[in-house]
Amino acid sequence: MDLGLDEQQEMLRNFARDFLEKECPEQLVREMEEDEKGYSPELWRKMAEQGWMGLIIPEEYGGAGMRITDLVVLLEEFGRFLVPGPFIPTVVLGAYPIMLAGTAQQREQLLPRIASGELIMTMALTEPSAKWDADGVELEARKEGNEYVLNGTKLFVQDAHVTDFMVVVARTGRGATPEEGISLFLVDSRSPGIKFELLRTIASDKQCEVTFENVRVPAGNLLGEEGKGWPIVHKTKLLAAVAACAYLVGLSQQDFDITLNYAKERVQFGRPIGSFQAIQHKLADAVIDVDGARFITYKAAWSLQENEPDAELMVSMAKAWCSEASRRVVAHGQQIHGGIGFTKDYKIQLYFRRQKWMELMWGDADYHRELVAEKLQI
Amino acid sequence: MDFRLSPEDEAWRQEVRSWLRQNLPPDWEDRIPEEQGWEFARDFARKLAQKGWVVPHWPKEYGGLGLDLWKQLIYREEMAYHRAPLGYVAMGTDWAGPTIIVYGTEEQKREHLPRIARAEVMWCQGFSEPNAGSDLANLQTRAVRDGDEYVVNGQKIWTSGAHRADWMILLARTDPEAPKHKGISYFLLDMKSPGITIRPLIDMMGNHAFNQVFFENVRVPAKNLLGEENRGWYMATTTLNFERSSIGGVAASLALLEELVRFVQDAPPELAYLCRQPRVRNRLADMAVEVQVGRMLSYNVVSIQAQGRVPTYEASIAKLYNTELGLRLARTGISILGLYGQLKPRSKWVRLRGRFERQYLWMTGMVVGGGTSEIQRNLIAIRGLGLPRG
Ligand SMILES: Cc1cc2nc3c(=O)[nH]c(=O)nc-3n(C[C@H](O)[C@H](O)[C@H](O)COP(=O)(O)OP(=O)(O)OC[C@H]3O[C@@H](n4cnc5c(N)ncnc54)[C@H](O)[C@@H]3O)c2cc1C
Ligand SMILES: Cc1cc2nc3c(=O)[nH]c(=O)nc-3n(C[C@H](O)[C@H](O)[C@H](O)COP(=O)(O)OP(=O)(O)OC[C@H]3O[C@@H](n4cnc5c(N)ncnc54)[C@H](O)[C@@H]3O)c2cc1C
Repeated sequence: MDLGLDEQQEMLRNFARDFLEKECPEQLVREMEEDEKGYSPELWRKMAEQGWMGLIIPEEYGGAGMRITDLVVLLEEFGRFLVPGPFIPTVVLGAYPIMLAGTAQQREQLLPRIASGELIMTMALTEPSAKWDADGVELEARKEGNEYVLNGTKLFVQDAHVTDFMVVVARTGRGATPEEGISLFLVDSRSPGIKFELLRTIASDKQCEVTFENVRVPAGNLLGEEGKGWPIVHKTKLLAAVAACAYLVGLSQQDFDITLNYAKERVQFGRPIGSFQAIQHKLADAVIDVDGARFITYKAAWSLQENEPDAELMVSMAKAWCSEASRRVVAHGQQIHGGIGFTKDYKIQLYFRRQKWMELMWGDADYHRELVAEKLQI
Repeated sequence: MDFRLSPEDEAWRQEVRSWLRQNLPPDWEDRIPEEQGWEFARDFARKLAQKGWVVPHWPKEYGGLGLDLWKQLIYREEMAYHRAPLGYVAMGTDWAGPTIIVYGTEEQKREHLPRIARAEVMWCQGFSEPNAGSDLANLQTRAVRDGDEYVVNGQKIWTSGAHRADWMILLARTDPEAPKHKGISYFLLDMKSPGITIRPLIDMMGNHAFNQVFFENVRVPAKNLLGEENRGWYMATTTLNFERSSIGGVAASLALLEELVRFVQDAPPELAYLCRQPRVRNRLADMAVEVQVGRMLSYNVVSIQAQGRVPTYEASIAKLYNTELGLRLARTGISILGLYGQLKPRSKWVRLRGRFERQYLWMTGMVVGGGTSEIQRNLIAIRGLGLPRG
């Protein structure tokens, strides 16, 4: 047992930290909030050169063949630097389901191009009902000859407007449970009948409403079997939740570090505010939240990677904890900064707003506690 | 990052677990009246001693099995999970023994360590005084050198088990002129020495667990000074650094949570209404998450030690989090049980053996003893995060 990073992970982390410090400065994060695409193609290319898009893609498809815990190490740094853009959507929501369920041909066609940074992807799952579960999937896919025709609306789809392909979760039928009759499609984002509209969000990230009007998808673009797509979505959601946790860990750590420094430097009443016990105890509580978030995330990632019997329970525990712990951390971060924390120019608010986004993504604490209760048969 | 225990570690866990199942009836607390708990704990410790399991983590030469850190953790986890009564030996195995191992002379080691390992003696800790609690270095009990002896005068308080103990680790001031931290010495005191008076303090659970201890010209042979004179403070604070993963607390919480979950799952008819409330699901899930996090925080302390590093604020985190967690769990249990939550063990309508009534009171003490929650936060902030002192 070892809760720390191994040598290779240590190298990955250090390298990523140096790289992002240089290539993803605060200025870029701010520019991307205003940018319509929401990411920098130049940074995207440089990240691809490091092999990051292919980190967990098998070597035979041009990836690095690394594992979920390695991805978590990298995503922690993404959270630290608030890296904008469709990285998680491409790698976790795009490549991963193809790795899980793609035919040999689909893998050969898509995975190497994802690994090289050529393709940007996402998954279109949620709809106006805003549900993460199968009963929220209403978008209809009707079979017509050698094609499927898609009609409906997807909402809160991350970075959809800049993607080349989307994994669209659609309903091809109905069965005894909502999970039955769900099919996945690899949809060319430029297909006629697809419209994107950007949502205005608290984190100024890029989420979209995506409408499908008689969008025709070749039957060969079905991912997995017809009507049996939900288990793929389910597995992808587990990794996405872990990815959100990892991002929150890095984000919380950085918010905490900035705040700790501020508390050491800001002088009021003739001494650093960090010498006041009211501030010290907040910071002590915050460091527990950050450490707790990190280790439960590592545990969840490892359990998922190793297919442990309690992996799903661990993932839900991690997301339930990280969602709330990170919120407590950034709330202390704001408070300890006083008035300056409330200004747009100062950096701490960037973390505060993004925390809320990731808290909600892939299920908030209430959602995951319910799953924990279910798994424990309470 | 590897959360798997080695096959040998797993085997060790199974071995401890099956031994506990054979040797410790799960309902022993119901059968043994609280007044007799001490004798039960002593007999249990002696059974452990027959296996060499009182101090399995000590080197073999001192009567241990030389277990590595992870096996120690597993041992502690299993003991606490099964509610094993270790009160008889704990102060010797976790405080007196390790300090003697580090600072003791050969003679002191030979005299004390085997007896701790065989569960022949009970130790108590004479640190706190009326005016030296969190501010331990403020202690005033005096020890004055007189030939081959020290003469001790003063008072200790909150001394758990002093009325049963054979020996005490005692902190007393040997140099009143020196700065507070630099005039304290560490003694091994035979509790049969003349001049010691013990007055019971009854805790709010109704038990006689701790005491006031008065010293009137108590003579301690100079050979019972541990380490160097006036270095006692530094030795006591190292003592505080042994095995601080607080895994026992979180393992006990896990066991208690599991009992609570089982109870809710098969709620008796009159409580079914309470147990079916959605908030109950939510709270139990919350506790399950918090227990898992606590386990990770404790494992982290050991993981750091296993890498050959010295945990600093991580041990304070584990103590703080896991005791506060135990208290939250107690509140949760009582709130789920509603009016039944207030019933004490062995009262007529009691549910869940009154465990949560006990836990609620007990944990209120645990967030104070061993360094209060506030002191832990101070340590984290100042030693761990490098914040300036107030
Ligand atoms: C929305 C908004 C509108 C405002 N409008 C006005 C306005 O119109 N006019 C105006 O004059 N001002 C205004 N202010 C300023 C406001 O009064 C100050 O922000 C506030 O008094 C805190 O001071 P500070 O920002 O310098 O933080 P600091 O005083 O530096 O405090 C930083 C942190 O340290 C803590 N702290 C400081 N001293 C202690 C202590 N002794 N013990 C424990 N903790 C301590 C604080 O609680 C805080 O958490 C406004 C602020 C905001 C956010
Ligand atoms: C069940 C139990 C068993 C015990 N067993 C033993 C034993 O066997 N041997 C032994 O020597 N002692 C024992 N103790 C004593 C224990 O170590 C002390 O109670 C503890 O250190 C606190 O000291 P105090 O009670 O004097 O409280 P105080 O130190 O007076 O503290 C009172 C309150 O003030 C707070 N406070 C104090 N200083 C600060 C600060 N700097 N910043 C912020 N807040 C502060 C504390 O956190 C607490 O909330 C036991 C205590 C308990 C509850």
